[in-house]
Amino acid sequence: MNDLEAHLVVPGRLDASLTAQRGDVVAVVGPNGAGKSTLVHALSGLVAAGGHATLVGDDLLARTPRDRDVGVVFQDQRLFPHLSALDNVAFGLVARGTAKAAARSAARDWLERLGIADLAGRRPAKLSGGQAQRVAIARALVTAPDLLLLDEPFTGLDVGVAATLRIELGRHLADFRGITVLVTHDALDALTLATTVAVLDAGRVAQVGPPAEVAARPLTEHVARLVGLNVIREGDRLRAFSPAAVTVSVHAPDDSARNRWQGVVRGAAPHGDAIRLQVEGERPLIADVTPAASRELALAPGREVWLSVKETAVTTYDARG
Amino acid sequence: MTRDPLGRAPLALLVPAAVAVLLLLVPIGAMVVATDPGSLVDALGTEALQQALWLSLLTSTIAMVVCLVLGLPLAWLLARVDFRGRRAVRALVTVPMVLPPVVAGIALRSAFGRSGLLGEPLLHATGFAFPYTTWGVVLAHVFVSLPFVTIAIEGGLRTAGTAYDDAAATLGATRWTTFRRVTVPLALPGIAAGMVLGWARSLGEFGATITFNGNYPGTTQTMPTLIYVARQSDADAALALSLVMLAVSITVLVALRDRWLVPA
Repeated sequence: MNDLEAHLVVPGRLDASLTAQRGDVVAVVGPNGAGKSTLVHALSGLVAAGGHATLVGDDLLARTPRDRDVGVVFQDQRLFPHLSALDNVAFGLVARGTAKAAARSAARDWLERLGIADLAGRRPAKLSGGQAQRVAIARALVTAPDLLLLDEPFTGLDVGVAATLRIELGRHLADFRGITVLVTHDALDALTLATTVAVLDAGRVAQVGPPAEVAARPLTEHVARLVGLNVIREGDRLRAFSPAAVTVSVHAPDDSARNRWQGVVRGAAPHGDAIRLQVEGERPLIADVTPAASRELALAPGREVWLSVKETAVTTYDARG
Repeated sequence: MTRDPLGRAPLALLVPAAVAVLLLLVPIGAMVVATDPGSLVDALGTEALQQALWLSLLTSTIAMVVCLVLGLPLAWLLARVDFRGRRAVRALVTVPMVLPPVVAGIALRSAFGRSGLLGEPLLHATGFAFPYTTWGVVLAHVFVSLPFVTIAIEGGLRTAGTAYDDAAATLGATRWTTFRRVTVPLALPGIAAGMVLGWARSLGEFGATITFNGNYPGTTQTMPTLIYVARQSDADAALALSLVMLAVSITVLVALRDRWLVPA
């Protein structure tokens, strides 16, 4: 029996199964409209769902949101604007019957753990994005829920702030004894924070597995994009290769015809030390070239190119996972 | 005046707006100009005015409190609970808004008069009847003001939205706790606006009050009914009384506006 066992159905939006053990961090990824937020709020109880769900033996769907032992960090944080950071964090404890003084002291401890004890008296409007997100995380964790739901916790933060917070969150999640479900559209979150990645597509789970495996053998176009891989479907088989393994030329190469595609450059942008090309042809592909090669071959948008990849650089796997 | 990057306001909008301002301000200005300062001093000294003014302020304030106690829960129900017949309830509670106040007075008589539907059993049980009492004035005020208060507060609750209610629920708050600690504080501007609106409506209430309660100095004679009576014998006194009422209304509204009604 898993600590979390759920099959959740929201007609027209979600029909997904999810299992997890205490200590697991499940990253939920997928394109916009795939049902990620719906899944989170079916678990929190804010979206009515059919199916079944048990959390550490409790029937989740039979309970109202307030009776589920679930902490939520909302995408827009939803810190109570009329309460100080401290009272925001203490809110859940007070609501569940802890005496006010004890609740505040526990809230202060959590603000300290997140390094923002000095902001305890501030209203949310006076907090920066990163500070507000820390308060939101403290507010969700202070009641020690069995299930922590994080809905795109780094969206809308500056890149640097998000990077710092990601590392901090990783530390807190390592200490957290419950199950974490983390909705994200960032491959980095999924790869660095998660123990399991679940890929949602059109409301269904398209792939589930350890991050490294999902990243290496993506079953959906979306994850391939997310992790920066080219994935080509051939019948029941998928063939994946890195954009760095792609050779770009402006004349038809002499290689074997199998791994050769003609296309037109649609975009070029710096990616690490390389230039990443978006090439459109019979199938969309990405290729990394050196800046020098990019200049030499005049790889501007509109340029016709041939792409090829050595068979040894291609991973072939079963499309059904 | 700073230059508006979108260009000047079109005349087609400016002219009607200016007419609206004049239409609202000219009568009030004319009333001020027409009032004889001597009669104003005389009026202020009369017992009738002092009694009526006190009664008006007292009944309007009590009515406002009653409207809050009854209207806030009703507004919450209309804004937050999806029950069968919600639209019908909302439509029905707004009927007194469009009812002529005299009709409201007659309706109140039918219900709370000495031989009314509820009034008769009440009289038998307690010996108390609403008509011709100060409580009757409060009842009439509540009847005409409650729809305004309810609709205004419902608007405030809807504007505040349910996102924070949802967050409170996930934190383990009951609906009652959420109402007290989240919903009401966040909807406070709308609630305050509703209360001011209700108070102002009560202060000016005339038709239902006089129909239901008559016009007895000291118990049911409020400022509007006093002015109505004065108008029939002494136009100068009526003007002076009106000016007092105007001054009181503006003072209270300005005081409340500074506290609550200015959007942050």
